[in-house]
Amino acid sequence: MARRQIPPMDEKPKEILIHSNLSSMSTSRDNILSRVNAALKPLETRAAYPEYSDSVALTPALNSDLGLWENFCERVKLVHGTPISGGATALATWLREQKLTHGYCDPALIEQFQDAMDSSITLETSFDRTRVDDYQFGITRATAAIAETGSLVLSDTDTSSRLAALAPWVHIAVLNRAQIYPSVAAAIANLPDDPNIIWCTGPSRTADVEGILIEGVHGPGVQVALLMD
Amino acid sequence: MKFQQIDQYAAHLASDKRASVYGGTKSGYDARLRALTTSYTAPDHLRKLAGNIKQHTIENLDTYLPQVEAKLQSNGVQVHWAGDADEACAHVLRIMRARAATKIVKAKTMVSEEIGLAPYLEKEGIECLETDLGEFIIQIDHDHPSHIVKPIIHKNRREIATSFEKNGLGAYNDDPQVITLRARQFLRHKYLEANVGISGANFVSAESGRLVLVTNEGNSRFSIAATKVHIALVGIEKIVPKDRDLEIFLNLLARSATGQQLTSYTEFIRGPKSTTQPDGPEEMHVIFVDNGRTDVLADECRPILRCIRCSACLNVCPIYRQASGHAYRAVYPGPVGAVLSPLLAGKRFSEMADLPKASTLCGACNEVCPVNIPIPDLLLRLRDRGKKEKSEAAAAATPPMGGFAILASSPLLWKTALKAGVLAPLVPPSVMPAAGKTWVTTRGLPEWRGGKFRQWMKNRKKS
Repeated sequence: MARRQIPPMDEKPKEILIHSNLSSMSTSRDNILSRVNAALKPLETRAAYPEYSDSVALTPALNSDLGLWENFCERVKLVHGTPISGGATALATWLREQKLTHGYCDPALIEQFQDAMDSSITLETSFDRTRVDDYQFGITRATAAIAETGSLVLSDTDTSSRLAALAPWVHIAVLNRAQIYPSVAAAIANLPDDPNIIWCTGPSRTADVEGILIEGVHGPGVQVALLMD
Repeated sequence: MKFQQIDQYAAHLASDKRASVYGGTKSGYDARLRALTTSYTAPDHLRKLAGNIKQHTIENLDTYLPQVEAKLQSNGVQVHWAGDADEACAHVLRIMRARAATKIVKAKTMVSEEIGLAPYLEKEGIECLETDLGEFIIQIDHDHPSHIVKPIIHKNRREIATSFEKNGLGAYNDDPQVITLRARQFLRHKYLEANVGISGANFVSAESGRLVLVTNEGNSRFSIAATKVHIALVGIEKIVPKDRDLEIFLNLLARSATGQQLTSYTEFIRGPKSTTQPDGPEEMHVIFVDNGRTDVLADECRPILRCIRCSACLNVCPIYRQASGHAYRAVYPGPVGAVLSPLLAGKRFSEMADLPKASTLCGACNEVCPVNIPIPDLLLRLRDRGKKEKSEAAAAATPPMGGFAILASSPLLWKTALKAGVLAPLVPPSVMPAAGKTWVTTRGLPEWRGGKFRQWMKNRKKS
């Protein structure tokens, strides 16, 4: 059986160890699969895959009098997200109100944003993981958004740094109207061809201590969706 | 006099623990119910549909497992198989050793609890740090989770503040905001120091090989944004056939677990990071874990493998609420645990065969189950099995029912017994037959009402 070789490791190669374990891995695989086969063999019929429509789990309909961004804003507020429209200028105003002065900005966005900020706000275009606490905010591009749930979609291709979108207290995801999907179903049907996609629905939160909601656990305490157009 | 073990545990549970657990199960109950029942036009249809999809999946694992393996491998993921707990732990250790790696940050995974991963690795000199706030508190307290979604449901803020102080995480402060911030500060540096991130998987799509992880805290995201190797421990039943099925399961899981429409973070992982991305794993491993699941698949109780670990059944269970999760002596507590734990115990089934008796069979667990698992039916099947296998644990404090069977099969004897029953409270327990004695030592007798219905029926006919 052709099995994927474990690639050479960074240090101290131990090829012999790996080879000796490959055979036991195959055995376990075959054992498990044959146990699965044996368990299912006595079944006279197997449950069929049920047919269902894409809208089966659609939750309260969006307000058809409003656009997708306006619907998104309503829903994102329900999950304590912060929608801001008006592009870089509006963001600069908001950052000054929040007294935020230093952050990370996706290099692809820096020109747009640097111009809008005055000298009181400084931006870095690389995220130095040895100084995670130096960044008060991170500005990265969203791949999409979902109006139904107020979610922002980030992907490896469009998000310039996973850590910059996660570690600072404030994350600003930048998007355009055309990127907003109406529903979860539409977002799943259009999952981008990307090794890693994450939907961020409001800030990071926990209720582990006595069921009390606290925002900003490991990820952002403030999740901003910034509309550019 | 022998007691059922779970009764005994509940009887000795400190009142503040009981209050924590009871309060924890009730908190957010209205939000969960509202999120489940008012969001959709046909909520009951939706959970039955979800149940059918999962039932189809587990009955076709012989097709889906090889399919998902091939898909994962073509996505650049290394796939490993573990028959039991030891083998699963050994896979992780081997990956660590081969990379001379010593530090793991771990997101919440029930499978890792099941296989005892953290203690195994610690013995091998590897740091395996829990990053979910609740699990982190469990770890520094050397405790065990007592709830699937809310691992520290049995703890109050004062206990947490005390153990933070003891572990050098600042002076005593029991404000949940402060506790959370301190954990944030401590753990973020741990992520950045670690070599390997470990997670579970809520779902794996056979169609695309995408592994789906849901969290609220963002700890699993941090674990696989800061480290270079990602290992996912996945029970073999975690598969869904298609990506589109995820819409249903994500909707139901968040609502059933916490009353949210979606959890804060829903991550779809198809493989190692993209080449243009500076952060994240260059290498990804999936370890498929059997550890008793194929035995469950062979059993008539196989519908329990539909479970998506939402904890809805724990939160509504009157026994769980009173007894707490630790009373179930296993990783999976509550109604789901009462079915799953004895089955996963394999040859040691009879030691756990009392758990299926820890139920009033009220059916609340089935009603709230987002994948419509007929838990009360499964409990009855396991009670039957416990009896057939003459499990001592199950027989403890169970009155012999032979006398009742004689009474119940003769109308004349039954009628006489009903009339005589009025005298029952007058009988001192010491002279009662074993069946009665067992009953009254743990419970008070209600006022005798036997025969009232027959009387009422008779009078009704006359008038």
